[in-house]
Amino acid sequence: MAQHTNNNTHGDHEAHGSHEAHGSLKSYIIGFVISIVLTIIPLVVVLNDILEGTAAIVVLLAAAILQFLVQLFYFMHLKEEGKPRYNMTVLILGTIIVLTVIIGSIWIMTYNKVA
Amino acid sequence: MAKSENLNVSSASHHGGDDGHHDLEGMRVMGFWIFLITDFIMFGTLFATFIVLNDSTAGGPTGAELFEMPGIIAETFILLTSSFTSGLAVLAMNRGNRKALIGWLAVTVLLGLSFISLELTEFFTLVHEGANISTSAFWTAFYTLVGTHGLHVSIGLVWITAIMIQLARHGINPVTKRKVNIVSLYWHFLDVVWIFVLTIVYLMEVM
Repeated sequence: MAQHTNNNTHGDHEAHGSHEAHGSLKSYIIGFVISIVLTIIPLVVVLNDILEGTAAIVVLLAAAILQFLVQLFYFMHLKEEGKPRYNMTVLILGTIIVLTVIIGSIWIMTYNKVA
Repeated sequence: MAKSENLNVSSASHHGGDDGHHDLEGMRVMGFWIFLITDFIMFGTLFATFIVLNDSTAGGPTGAELFEMPGIIAETFILLTSSFTSGLAVLAMNRGNRKALIGWLAVTVLLGLSFISLELTEFFTLVHEGANISTSAFWTAFYTLVGTHGLHVSIGLVWITAIMIQLARHGINPVTKRKVNIVSLYWHFLDVVWIFVLTIVYLMEVM
């Protein structure tokens, strides 16, 4: 019995090495550095008034979305999920719902405004 | 449990008894992902509300007039760093180093605490300057969105502390391992939400 549990933890470690890996120090540091850069860019753009209007909004949103992806792949290890990618599927479905709610609300309320 | 695993060993020669166990843990982690997505949808609606009520300041103060960026920038880097340190905790756990694991979790909690105290300071300053939750629709949306995120961070701090106690008592085992993995997912998720708060609530307002 005790030996079995021992074997089990060993198996666990091996499994972590292969398909349930949780990133390495290197990938965490890369993710951290990229996320800092992606935070500094929008801050510099806005606080120094480098861009205005639509251009600024595009840069801000692009930086935020890239940051989201960095967190998902470098920190939350979404890519390392096992073969039936249920977590990814749920995330994509959720994203579609969120985008529908946000874009839909903006669209409806734009035409609601009294000119 | 052990019996069914033994059965697995005899039936599936190449994968061994770990499979059944792993599937169950995988299910638990997926359950947490589903929770995260529902949270994601809730924050999405709060963001939609905020964006729509962006101009509804009812003649009161606007965000651009009152936001003080230095504090908000500090909050951002503190939370980013805490996301990284919670990742370092998971790495320490995978190496089987309990001391480093608890240590990095403690650093994460301290960073989270400083984030919350900065946020509370910001809220008090805003209220002092005449922008409370009922000043205008804009401020209602602001406090609801940013406050909900702050509440999530506070809950996360209690949660991480509870897991630190369990780790100190029971050490690293499959159960505490899953708990650490899940709480770090939660923490990274809060960092993601904050990035959008910074972008949509603060930067686009000040722009």
